[in-house]
Amino acid sequence: MTLPMGRAMREIFGETVAALADEDPRIVMLDADVASSTRADIFEKAHPDRYLQMGIAEQNMMGVAAGLATMGLIPFVSTFVSFAVVRPLDQVRVLIAQTGANVKITPGYAGMFTGQTGMSHIIVDDLAIMRVMPGMVTVAPADDVEADLALRWAASYQGPCYVRIVRDATQRLFDSSYRFAFGKAVVVREGRDVTLMATGTQTPRVVDAAELLAARGVDAHVLHVPTIKPLDTEAIVAAAERTGRVVTVEEHTVLGGLGGAVAEVLGEHRPTQLNRIGLQDTYVQSGPNDELLDIYGLSAARVAEQVLAILGRA
Amino acid sequence: MSTGDAVSVPPEPDAAEIARLEEAARRIRVELVRAVNHARAGHLGGPLSAADLLAALYFSVLRIRPDEPGWPDRDRFILSKGHSSIGLYAAMALRGYFPVEELLTFDAAHSRLQGHPDMTRLPGLDMSSGSLGMGISAAMGMALGARLTGREIRAWVMLGDGECQEGEVWEAAMAASRYHLDNLVAIIDHNKLQQYGWPGDGPDGRIPPQVPGELAGKWAAFGWRVLEADGHDMPAVLRVLREAERGDGRPTAIVAHTVKGKGVSYMEGHYFWHTRAIRPEEFEIAMAELGEPMAGNGAAR
Repeated sequence: MTLPMGRAMREIFGETVAALADEDPRIVMLDADVASSTRADIFEKAHPDRYLQMGIAEQNMMGVAAGLATMGLIPFVSTFVSFAVVRPLDQVRVLIAQTGANVKITPGYAGMFTGQTGMSHIIVDDLAIMRVMPGMVTVAPADDVEADLALRWAASYQGPCYVRIVRDATQRLFDSSYRFAFGKAVVVREGRDVTLMATGTQTPRVVDAAELLAARGVDAHVLHVPTIKPLDTEAIVAAAERTGRVVTVEEHTVLGGLGGAVAEVLGEHRPTQLNRIGLQDTYVQSGPNDELLDIYGLSAARVAEQVLAILGRA
Repeated sequence: MSTGDAVSVPPEPDAAEIARLEEAARRIRVELVRAVNHARAGHLGGPLSAADLLAALYFSVLRIRPDEPGWPDRDRFILSKGHSSIGLYAAMALRGYFPVEELLTFDAAHSRLQGHPDMTRLPGLDMSSGSLGMGISAAMGMALGARLTGREIRAWVMLGDGECQEGEVWEAAMAASRYHLDNLVAIIDHNKLQQYGWPGDGPDGRIPPQVPGELAGKWAAFGWRVLEADGHDMPAVLRVLREAERGDGRPTAIVAHTVKGKGVSYMEGHYFWHTRAIRPEEFEIAMAELGEPMAGNGAAR
């Protein structure tokens, strides 16, 4: 039994920010010429006067966003993750994080699902980079439901934040009763044998993996960690204590992202045997989504297989 | 944003106004040299080349309220060449934003006067800067934000000519003209030197950061109205700043021809005074040349 498919998070992005702008005249959308891909074009159709094309010039876009924020506007900055995080990183650091500018960095094309673009467009370390930047908070929604709620939270949050948006339709984890709580992790499956911690759109695949593990007699506890910074230390320690064995799973390099963050927390608060599943210090090639998940060990079946190996039950 | 008075000619500044601004510029130079000498750190060449421009801006042109630094309808000013921070701090202190004595905390731990401007510490700074090329983007955001929120304000930004080597400057130049932001003014402190520079047959074996005579053309090619002036001739400075306030549908670039280290003879035109500690005898000479022969050892008046 696998989780159903949800809607593409990028469409939720365009629709939700447009809806927020219906209510709040301070919201503007900045785009570096990829609105038809990120679906910032949905916002443009609803609010043409508040859609701000910045051209293929991402460094300037970040600075303009900071300037707009000082004028009382709430800029959502949209491009591909790679061109929002690493290319204009110094502008994000100096003009947005160091000033506390009320800028929402909400790029699309997070993770490996980028329409077969290859390694120039597939950023493997955005969570690590944004997490370590003082003054920046980092959120990776699991599905369309949580993306909508996280974007609504971002608009109400005063200060810089990073919310990563995924291009393609992914599995839906949450129903309409779900309430996103910034800075909180959420147990999405109760179990006794091993604790799996995941973030972003990897979590639904980990829930599926837990079902496969159940069929092999392993009862997995699954903690979804949508906020990478600030990290929910209490929930992570509690989930580790629950089984005494932790495996992190992320569509991201295992260096410095969820796995790195959990290692820091457990090392300080509750030393626990930890294994990290994710990209092993590598870039990602282009290819169909399902094949990439398989190649890089992030499909439900591949996650289950690696957890069994870690537990010595393979 | 045109204010509808584009056909009127700015009034010629009177002699008393010019004398007042020249004295403000002199005092900016005095206080910045004193502060850098006291801190044993900081930059000199750039702040000295910008002093006359800063005096005209802070003592005449900018619509500001030093006792209400967050006034929403103030003009915005960003010192994109953030390494000249002490020149800006001196102008702000003399204009009444904070006590002149505080200039001697420049660069010190816990000071509001950080080596490069930090807007989270000092009220009156409209943006942090220091990483070159960024201030013009933030100023563009302010000009665009003013239009979107219906505020009749102007965003001013000062860049270095060396800073114009940064790619972001030209990203902003491209985008600002697309938005016809005639409430945006970029002042380029064209002092013809950068920290070190390319080797060549210029002064001290270095060549200027921009090919001589080409800077104005670059801005014009990006769709900006370009004005040029001698950045040390106060009547000319005031005239060009007033002219820049008259929008014509394009952002305005003022290429201000200046001399790095202006006002201290042994610093003028030498790249190595970009940043360098002053020796005691050099400090005395500088103060004497700036008309403060009795000042000494960094003591505040």
